[in-house]
Amino acid sequence: MNRFEYVRAGTVAEAVQAFAGAEGSRFIAGGTNLIDLMKYDVERPGRLVDITRLPLDRIEERDGGLRLGALATNAAVAYDARVQSRYPLLANAILAGASAQLRNAASTGGNLLQRTRCYYFYDTATPCNKREPGSGCSAIGGIARIHAIFGTSAHCIATHPSDMCVALAALEAVVQVSGPKGERSIPIADFHRLPGNTPEQDTNLKPGEIVVAVDLPARDFGSHYTYLKLRDRLSYAFALVSVAAGLELDGDQVKTARLALGGVAHKPWRNRKAEALLQGKPANRESFQAAADLIVAEAKTQGGPQGNAFKVELARRAIVRGLEQAAAGTPQSISDKRIQ
Amino acid sequence: MLIESGSPVAADTRIGISLTINGHRRDLQVAPWTTLLDLLREHLDLTGTKKGCDHGQCGACTVLVNGTRVNSCLTLAVMKDGAEITTVEGLAGLAGTGSNSLHPIQEAFIEHDAFQCGYCTPGQLCSSVGLINEGHARSRDEIREAMSGNICRCGAYTNIVDAIEDVMSQGGGR
Repeated sequence: MNRFEYVRAGTVAEAVQAFAGAEGSRFIAGGTNLIDLMKYDVERPGRLVDITRLPLDRIEERDGGLRLGALATNAAVAYDARVQSRYPLLANAILAGASAQLRNAASTGGNLLQRTRCYYFYDTATPCNKREPGSGCSAIGGIARIHAIFGTSAHCIATHPSDMCVALAALEAVVQVSGPKGERSIPIADFHRLPGNTPEQDTNLKPGEIVVAVDLPARDFGSHYTYLKLRDRLSYAFALVSVAAGLELDGDQVKTARLALGGVAHKPWRNRKAEALLQGKPANRESFQAAADLIVAEAKTQGGPQGNAFKVELARRAIVRGLEQAAAGTPQSISDKRIQ
Repeated sequence: MLIESGSPVAADTRIGISLTINGHRRDLQVAPWTTLLDLLREHLDLTGTKKGCDHGQCGACTVLVNGTRVNSCLTLAVMKDGAEITTVEGLAGLAGTGSNSLHPIQEAFIEHDAFQCGYCTPGQLCSSVGLINEGHARSRDEIREAMSGNICRCGAYTNIVDAIEDVMSQGGGR
């Protein structure tokens, strides 16, 4: 770990000011991703601004929905009685990720800002455009089975690793940020970005901006939902493909469909055309297969035995199964790993 | 030096913090990059807490911070100024039955043969106590899921779950 200055902030304004006061500043809350990256020398901050003493850990009612303070831990959100009863999609997604120890430390804001788990991003001996812009992408033509199949560029095929953010995308959460130029709201769909020519930028946050809260809208999809996560082992592993599905039904017809995929893109992946296609259709396998086919038609895979072509069929089946689970009101269990 | 809100502390400065470790208050001077794990092992000779992967993947370094289980390898000591830390050395004290007796979870690990080489055991024990404190896991499946952050390469998992179930059925822990 490199040597760094340390600032303990008492207010958001103090944190924003301290961040601007040095080169290479980083905010630190739970630290579960940042400290790990610092141990690998991937992150070498000049200054750490400790924001854990800011009063941002509350979960509050707001406009018929909930406001999650940026410092509310992943565990605090997942086990909050209101989140469990009204936003079980979010609770289940959070509990599908990491371990109990990590969820006890990791913050809501930090979960949004966690970096990719691409092996080459972590390995400072290999080129990586996200870590070192312009150095090249080792994953393209390399071992790419965990990598993206949607929204990739010639410079980066990394995925965003979060489970929580996939649920937030389906719920259309809004991220509240504060920065040197004041406060603003960013819809979750615009918070993370695709790699394009600048894969070093994971999000559309401006330098020095800090996440202060995440707002959950009143529409909670609390009756017909699922978070289905497929991975190499049954717990404590990142998603190869995950599906957050929320449905509103009118009898056996789909009134509204929300669908976000994890493990397949540089951001939680939504396809509005597929969601629109489901609207007014019977909530059955045929409709769900049509939506899944439309989504995976856009997939672009990495070839070879170490590639990720398998993710296309995996995603197609996961989408159908996830929508079936949501329609039937039988969400995927976190502890019973059998897929119904 | 003592820390003042909003004032940067230069990289080569030791920062004064105070922690209550296993019931004893300790006033310490730490560099900002010292992890809680390294503070315990290298500075305080509390070597019960183990360094496995040092990256939050194995759980060998699990301790309780204010009663909550966390990976001490991914925790900067300076950020926990004022906290109460419990390590495996302090579990017996938590049980409140005198310093010579073990915590119920320690008794249960022995009773159920819940370890082989023992390297992961301090983390498994602290994690188990954290799990019982949290109160979310009830079934065996839920215990297994909630313990997935603790790796045991000897494969004592079945007996670890037995031990935890045993203590939970007695309403034990704390």
